Amino acid sequence: MQPGTIAPVPEVATAGRRGADVRSDVHVSVEPTSGGQIELGIESKVGSLYGDSIRVDVMELLLTAGVKSARVQLEDQGALPFVIAARVEAALRRAGHATGDLRPARSAPVHAPSPRDRVRRSRLYLPGNEPKFMLNAALHHPDAVILDLEDSVHHDEKDTARLLVRNALRCLDFGAAERMVRINTWPLGQMDLEAVEPEGPAPILIPKVEHERQVVEVARAIRRFMPGRQVHIMPILESALGIENAFAIARADPFVVALTSGLEGSTAALGVSKTAEGAESLYARCRLVNAAKAADLQAIDSVFGDVGDVEGLRSWGERARALGFDGMGCIHPRQIEVIHKAFAPSAAELEKAQRIVAAFEDAQRRGVSVVSLGTRMVDPPVVLRAQRLVAEARRQGLLLEVEK
Amino acid sequence: MNALAEQEAPAAPPAHEFVVNAAARRVPTVVNGEPQVPYAGVGGYLPSGRKHGPPIRSCASYPANGDKRAASLRAALEKCGLRDGMTISTHHHLRDGDVIAVETLRTAAAMGVRGLRWFPSASFPSQREVIGLIEQGVVHHIEGSMNGPLGELTSRGGMRGLGVLRSHGGRWQAVQDGEVHIDIAVIAAPTADPFGTADGSHGPSACGSLGFALADATYADHVIVVTDHLVPFPCIPWQIQGNNVDCVVVVDSIGDPKKIVSGTTEITKSPDRLLISEYIARFVRDAGIMKHGFSFQAGSGGISLAFVQYLKEMMKAAGVKARFVRGGSTKYLVELLEEGLTDYILDGQTFDLAGVASIASNPRHVASSPFTSYNYHGKGNIASLIDVTILGATEVDVNFNGNVVTHSDGLLLHGIGGWQNCLFAGCTVLAVPSFRDRIPVIVDSVTTLCGPGELIDVVVTERGIAINPRRTDLIEATRGSALPIRPIREIQSEVEALIGGKPQQPRLTDTPVAVVKWVDGTLIDTVWQVG
Repeated sequence: MQPGTIAPVPEVATAGRRGADVRSDVHVSVEPTSGGQIELGIESKVGSLYGDSIRVDVMELLLTAGVKSARVQLEDQGALPFVIAARVEAALRRAGHATGDLRPARSAPVHAPSPRDRVRRSRLYLPGNEPKFMLNAALHHPDAVILDLEDSVHHDEKDTARLLVRNALRCLDFGAAERMVRINTWPLGQMDLEAVEPEGPAPILIPKVEHERQVVEVARAIRRFMPGRQVHIMPILESALGIENAFAIARADPFVVALTSGLEGSTAALGVSKTAEGAESLYARCRLVNAAKAADLQAIDSVFGDVGDVEGLRSWGERARALGFDGMGCIHPRQIEVIHKAFAPSAAELEKAQRIVAAFEDAQRRGVSVVSLGTRMVDPPVVLRAQRLVAEARRQGLLLEVEK
Repeated sequence: MNALAEQEAPAAPPAHEFVVNAAARRVPTVVNGEPQVPYAGVGGYLPSGRKHGPPIRSCASYPANGDKRAASLRAALEKCGLRDGMTISTHHHLRDGDVIAVETLRTAAAMGVRGLRWFPSASFPSQREVIGLIEQGVVHHIEGSMNGPLGELTSRGGMRGLGVLRSHGGRWQAVQDGEVHIDIAVIAAPTADPFGTADGSHGPSACGSLGFALADATYADHVIVVTDHLVPFPCIPWQIQGNNVDCVVVVDSIGDPKKIVSGTTEITKSPDRLLISEYIARFVRDAGIMKHGFSFQAGSGGISLAFVQYLKEMMKAAGVKARFVRGGSTKYLVELLEEGLTDYILDGQTFDLAGVASIASNPRHVASSPFTSYNYHGKGNIASLIDVTILGATEVDVNFNGNVVTHSDGLLLHGIGGWQNCLFAGCTVLAVPSFRDRIPVIVDSVTTLCGPGELIDVVVTERGIAINPRRTDLIEATRGSALPIRPIREIQSEVEALIGGKPQQPRLTDTPVAVVKWVDGTLIDTVWQVG
């Protein structure tokens, strides 16, 4: 170094987490250097088994990103390749590198868009910056997973979570689960949308919706960004104002397929606390169901927060179904099966519905307009409800069992 | 070379000769100076000769009033003639709370004794002080189990002799057959009388069964009982008979009760592990194993505890009762017993306070020993009478061979416990996650062979259940079950696609650091020094 010159202060950019309690994640630091070479240091819990492949993968990312001179250090707690790629990319971006396209090769199957009214009993929330919960989520067979970029992600980690969720959508097989993403509110949500939407999640969950314009701006952005793409949108109503505007929100855009209740927000707005019985939110939830059904949408209930209380969950789920909800959120995989049972029609209900449907079909065949079951006449709305129940049971895969 | 130089110069590592055994594993012909028999297949080696025995003693050499108390542990060790090169045994019923094993070795060090063979029934992380004693040459090598820090030390070549890993049943077999001659057994006892009669189910340091110390009490040249709860003769019940005991030492505390029994044994909260537990319970039901009068063994791991809870609900729903269950007992097994869902608990070791209270008070909760449960050189054992046993593993390979002592990176970190002995159950189930961190559990070939695939029937992971193709009966019985039953290679491929391919080969040297004994005393595999 020439005397008198001032050395540039190296800025160290980092991404990912480290520490004894961290699993399946990697901490990456990137420090610009002037030596004209890449110094890559790897400290990995799985180093003796995957050290070589980590080195190859990371060097390839750095070369693709055009990094010429840097000190890159990894502290790895057994992160999978898509996680390593997301963390390296995040650290490079934070260090000011224009990274180009560092997306990992797609290994997850490409899904056909799901029908508007597919079964959505359970939707498992997965914190968007926590890789370990994502890896095996599909094995618990939720109807949907929600990769969450909003409340479960710290404000300073929105950029890293966005890349992790994008890579997860490209690389993880979520099986039969519908792959949803909860984006942030605008304008942050627009960056989320641009990162994840090309990976084809459906639907997009919009948080804290109070006005129809919040839905419209998301729908417009999707159309602008991905013309011709059919995307499902699920607004989450979390406030008293959102509930008051529920019907308008439901009809804000044809992309909307369901209204979702976010009770923590709405109880806070009412100034009351959430109870296991849910009396404080009964009005809001009924109003939401009514608005959703009036717009021919599904209605999805909030989550049940006490993972240990299986009985409480079961009873909440059964009451939610009785109010007209089609499903609810879950925060732990062990809630899924309980919810599926709670939202399943009972055997007696189903059997009666099947008899009504059979009587209706019989009447149709005979050209009779009045449907009767034994000595009782069955009204058309009852027939319609029975048909819907049978169709729903078929979708849930319950009917074969019952018919047996 | 003077005596001092001779002591300080590191001994040149003995050159080992190897043979390939019936499992195609390379094993040394001689271990710590003793010639070895290579593994010859399951049931392939038949022993001959007579059992080993301790020297004949006379009442004339012991106080007629039965008071065998010695002033201190050191006084007792001196009285028993402790000297260089001897074998000292301890048991692990006090688990991570034990202070007596290390105190014994520390006392030996203070007496200037060197070159000991330590023969514990298991070692624990709290015994890491032994590392220093190995470095000083007080302990030459360990035979039994090398867990955690002691295992890592062994893996890196830090022990003078070769470690010898045995199962609980193999430990009994080795003592009974004379493979291991115990010079002095030190038995930490939660209650004892001055005659040496001892029990584990009472006293401030109660730990339940003392079964692991029975071989030591029966076959050792000298037996020292150490207690912190002395009662007048007789100590009832008497798990250890005073007639085998040379000295009794009374100390303030034999261990930390909080670490002896955890007080709470937690069911796993991990959704993936719960899923594995549920799959196992459904498998046991759907395969027709869960029927009236059946038996099972499940240990204290989180998966096992959750399995018991799932199975319990299924047993209630089907109106099925077990004849006996085997522990490690926990409150969950105790509940089965108290709710009338099993006739008996046969208890090898007691894991929590509910288990300790039950074994002390319920005549249907019975202590078993490695002789009754596990010893392969007996006229049968309980392990093979059990209908289904749930075990863990560090690795299992595509031919269903299991590893329970080393990790895929070659590091020795666990003992065998009763694992090998339990493989003889009617149905052996390995409950394993399909990968840990990034490391696959289903591998092409296990790093260290501990159990041959012909004895491992079912591998249950969160990604599905693989049934050993040899068990056509189980495959047939579960046909039509809703369980995700899949070929083991299919689960392996799925995991490898997720984690980014097969791991690279870890760097292992050609230097042996420990050997793994099969249940009959033959050598089934070698643990190599990590490079």
